[in-house]
Amino acid sequence: MKLKYFAWVRERIGKTEEIVEPPPEVRTVGELIGWLASRDDGYAHAFEKPTVIRAAIDHAHVKQDAAIVGAREIAFFPPMTGG
Amino acid sequence: MPVAATIRIQEADFDVAQEIAALSKDRTDVGAVVSFSGICRGSEQGEPIAALTLEHYPGMAEAEISRHADEALARWPLQGLTIIHRFGRIAPGENIVLVVTASAHRQAAFEAAEFLMDYLKTNAPFWKREESARGTSWIEARDHDDAAAARWTKS
Repeated sequence: MKLKYFAWVRERIGKTEEIVEPPPEVRTVGELIGWLASRDDGYAHAFEKPTVIRAAIDHAHVKQDAAIVGAREIAFFPPMTGG
Repeated sequence: MPVAATIRIQEADFDVAQEIAALSKDRTDVGAVVSFSGICRGSEQGEPIAALTLEHYPGMAEAEISRHADEALARWPLQGLTIIHRFGRIAPGENIVLVVTASAHRQAAFEAAEFLMDYLKTNAPFWKREESARGTSWIEARDHDDAAAARWTKS
């Protein structure tokens, strides 16, 4: 699946997007955050406060208990500040 | 006739007067047009800023704003709706966002415009970064924006 990152999540991880294949036990958005946070210091910094992180699957907002099965694109970003 | 919303996500500026005029041009069923313009301030929490840079999520920004436009069209009897949101670097005094609603009567136009702005603030995937003498920093989301959006949720 493709992952995309925005704003300070993107800056801390150091990339705008990537393709990942998480292990089968990673089933939800929250578990994916936990798995990513264990990869290196940049990811750990980006996801240090998991409850602040917002996520979208295939361009729609989701909660962290959402299943990731079948997702083509998952995005992680801070709370939005547009408008 | 079903009303189609005009939604544009763009880097370029827009002409507020032209967008307002377009919603009532050549028709006599529109009795009220409400517009909201969001404009870049020259200071943020008392500190002068040089500019804002808006990052957005292409694809999702259009999808999310379309969902809210559809909801507004379902909840209020609108005869026209235009939403424009800019991205990129925006200097103080420049436009950031525009919502224009047209209806037969003012109440629907006012309410739909306010609903859309409250939802754009908290749900449209845009992020503002400010530039000032101290460098650049991401603007933090505000709790009162979440509260403003929550009051439109149907109980």
